[in-house]
Amino acid sequence: MANTTIGRSAPATLAAAPWRIVAGVLLFAGAIALPFGLSDYQAFQVTLALSYAIAVLGLNMLTGFSGQISLGHGAFYAIGAYTTAILMDRYDWPYWATLPVAGADCLIIGFLFGLPALRLEGLYLALATLALAVATPQLLKANALEDWTGGVQGITILKPDPPAFLPIDADRWLYFFTLAVAALMFLLAWNILRGRIGRALRAIRDHALAAEAMGINLATYKAWVFGVSAMFTGVAGALSAIAVQFVGPDSFDVFLSIRLLTGMVVGGLGSITGAIWGALFIEYVPNIADQISKAAPWAIYGIFLIGFMYAMPTGVAGGLRLLARRLIGRRPPSNG
Amino acid sequence: MATRRLVLTTALLGALAAGPAVAQTPGVTATEIKIGQTMPYSGPASAYGTIGKVESAFFAMINDKGGINGRKVNLISLDDGYSPPKTVEQIRRLVEQDQVLMIFQSLGTPSNTAIHKYMNAKKVPQLFVATGATKWGDPEHFPWTMGWQPSYQTESHIYAKYLLQTKPDAKIGILYQNDDYGKDYVKGLKDGLGDKAAKMIVSEVSYEVTDPTIDSQIVTLKGSGADVFFNVTTPKFAAQAIRKAYDIDWHPLHLLNNVSNSTGGVLEPAGLERSVGLVSAAYFKDPADPQYAQEPGMQEWVAFMKKYYPDGNLADGFNVYGYLVSQTLAQVLKQCGNDLSRENVMRQAASLNMSLPLLFDGIKITTSPTDFHPIKQMRLEKFDGKRWVPFGEAVTG
Amino acid sequence: MESLLHQVLSGLATGGIYASMALALVMIYQATHHINFAQGEMAMASTYLAWSLIAAGLPYWLAFILTVALSFVAGVAIERILLRPVANAPVLSVIIVFIGLLVIFNSLAGWIFTYTIKTFPTPFSSEPLLGGLISTHEVGATAVTLTVLALLYLFFRFTPLGLAMRAAAQNPVSSRLCGIRVGWMLALGWGLAAAIGAVAGMMIAPIVFLDPNMMSGVLLYAFAGALIGGIDNPVGAVVGGFIVGVLENLAGAYVIGTELKLSFALVVIVGVLVVKPSGLFGRVLVSRV
Repeated sequence: MANTTIGRSAPATLAAAPWRIVAGVLLFAGAIALPFGLSDYQAFQVTLALSYAIAVLGLNMLTGFSGQISLGHGAFYAIGAYTTAILMDRYDWPYWATLPVAGADCLIIGFLFGLPALRLEGLYLALATLALAVATPQLLKANALEDWTGGVQGITILKPDPPAFLPIDADRWLYFFTLAVAALMFLLAWNILRGRIGRALRAIRDHALAAEAMGINLATYKAWVFGVSAMFTGVAGALSAIAVQFVGPDSFDVFLSIRLLTGMVVGGLGSITGAIWGALFIEYVPNIADQISKAAPWAIYGIFLIGFMYAMPTGVAGGLRLLARRLIGRRPPSNG
Repeated sequence: MATRRLVLTTALLGALAAGPAVAQTPGVTATEIKIGQTMPYSGPASAYGTIGKVESAFFAMINDKGGINGRKVNLISLDDGYSPPKTVEQIRRLVEQDQVLMIFQSLGTPSNTAIHKYMNAKKVPQLFVATGATKWGDPEHFPWTMGWQPSYQTESHIYAKYLLQTKPDAKIGILYQNDDYGKDYVKGLKDGLGDKAAKMIVSEVSYEVTDPTIDSQIVTLKGSGADVFFNVTTPKFAAQAIRKAYDIDWHPLHLLNNVSNSTGGVLEPAGLERSVGLVSAAYFKDPADPQYAQEPGMQEWVAFMKKYYPDGNLADGFNVYGYLVSQTLAQVLKQCGNDLSRENVMRQAASLNMSLPLLFDGIKITTSPTDFHPIKQMRLEKFDGKRWVPFGEAVTG
Repeated sequence: MESLLHQVLSGLATGGIYASMALALVMIYQATHHINFAQGEMAMASTYLAWSLIAAGLPYWLAFILTVALSFVAGVAIERILLRPVANAPVLSVIIVFIGLLVIFNSLAGWIFTYTIKTFPTPFSSEPLLGGLISTHEVGATAVTLTVLALLYLFFRFTPLGLAMRAAAQNPVSSRLCGIRVGWMLALGWGLAAAIGAVAGMMIAPIVFLDPNMMSGVLLYAFAGALIGGIDNPVGAVVGGFIVGVLENLAGAYVIGTELKLSFALVVIVGVLVVKPSGLFGRVLVSRV
């Protein structure tokens, strides 16, 4: 079974790996300095990549860590995005206040979807969530909801201005805001997954029957993780709505869910840092594919996809880990 | 040529000396004009990608002939997959990274809606958008955005007028695509019928592009007793609708929207004998119609296609559409002369008065600072089994 | 009343489309226990192949047979070349490969053949029957689907090869011990599914017109049909396909309106999976701890 090699999370403490601290500090500094070396447009791209990272992280919690396959996370991304758009446009809420609401309503809806999903295994759940993804644009266009969703026209929102005391422009501010939220969400996920809850989820994924026999309440955990995963993806959707400044039914079709799934697998199942690699793949590979072939960009994308599956089945994160192990050599394991 | 260069350079230097605005003209150098667009080369709307291809071919031809006022036109056409977030990304890249002069003929209503406010805030021309949505002609609120083709509502008004004149007690059944395009047409018809709309429209059914067939909807419409069928569907579904209506022995007055009235692309697959009696509105000549084949304008177009876009379908109306819009842009750029600032581009675009050989006689392209709808007229036409026969005068919707 | 009958018949006609695709899906599932998300696009690609052969001048039936044969070979090749390396990977990796195939086929078809719709000929006439309620082709296509179904049933039930395939899917380890070459059984399953898909595509194209996005709408409904009937039961899949076709039409015409039909499919799928996951005709698998 391949399950034991994938899904190993970060070590429980940082203290045992000083090079990790150095890497962390460098990464932090790099992230702060980055937008100043980029054009407005490139800063915008990185902001989008960050929101994808949060979305993929959410999906990974559900699929990589607890083994429930979802092909429909685009729906939660859409719900988060529309929540933000409606609150900002119709009710004049400030952008930062909409995030908790977007997260909360996705948490609830995700949990509610998770309840019937309890009865579905593997491929069946994949099918049900695929149906959700395909139906999402149509639901967003529904006449009954038109007053709120703007129907087929969608909703345009304004980019938030940076706070007056900071001498940076709107795009840079949005990058930092998104970066801060991303850091928060990643920390939250790392915290949840490394402790008791994470172990319970992995147990459920690897052998549900045994987990149940050990006293883990399957129903609670599975439905609950569905909700949390939806919450993460919903917050990501909200952030993307603010960056793109527009939501419409065509923005959230089935290909979005496919892209999120792709990002998760490419980045690495069951890996928190994998979400970042996956997000970079989602954001930048289509542009590369576009340059290789204007006529058939998705064909190039598909080839990249399949190529990754052969060359790096455990994703980029897994591949890097293997590389690190080989370079650093055999070391007595500290905490695993 | 040398003197021309000299004059040009002197003029440019003079203009440079005159004011900083011209020196900072984005997308323009002494030898090149850079313009950008997004097109759905992939994804659900890829059938429209041919418009981007024919436009690129047109400017290749212009460049071979020396360009416009000595400058070659570089059209950067990017794929947005008909996905608005992707459109925003690509447009920002074109405007901020590639520094294009303007965005020309970006396709799709949701795509253009997503960038509408951005373009006007950045003061970049969003010129001749490739959609028929009515909202693009609003110079008061969005002075940098302009459409080109007759809007969907204009067309519906024309049908409404026609019905009120010839069939005032009609019972209308509508089939529409459940998106902005479909809803815009329906709104136009209702507005055009005024307070008779509620009485005349007996059935209104929609479909999604993901539906495999629309047979069920046709059955519903027939069952409603409608004797007029307003068909607001894209080519594939239009062909299905024409065929199914005929097969179930329902022969209403069939009004077919302009997007799907291509003889080669829709009527032939549906069956020419099933298409007899179809009524539609048009503003340019159908390339598959033999009655225009001998006209110099059409022959020029065919020669262009064969040389610069040999893969293009000679029976596809979209390829004539793209050609016509490109000709319009060429005229705007010509009118700009050496002042290719964004302000002047919009000014020239708002002072057009031209006709083109492939437009129907009597239909002109006219704009003014308060009128951002270049084409406002269409002619009704009826299909006789072989070709579309125009009837009546060019009407303003 | 006439309208209701009309909707039902129209639904059966559309249901025939779903049933033929559902059959291909079940075929793959029975052989490999995977759900092939790329099935629709493979069928579409086969149909384009047939179209090219006919456009090159071949008579219809020759093109038909050639296409089915070539699709079979292509199916086997895909399994051997693309799926073998990921055979032991987690199920998600396999799903990703399917999705990769899906976008590749769709994109290449659009690039090579463009997106203008094409007509595809029918071996039956396309005259309307019963006053236009259904066309001869639709009846013929349904007959073809049922014939394929019968052939499959006979194959699996009464031939040693069919038995070997079923064994390989259900219990690969024991099958190997019995001398069955499991790898080739999987490849064979894929080949058959590809062939069935090709037939389905060639029957569907005359109704909906041939374009690269021909199958994207059909696939979800075909899944719904396969699930309702039981994902491991070919007869169930076909019946399920018809049921979905009729239900979808009736719901759209009388109950919820056409603008929520996809949501209806969603509800159906989730509902069936929750209430009776093995479908109407499937075998209920009970695992004892």
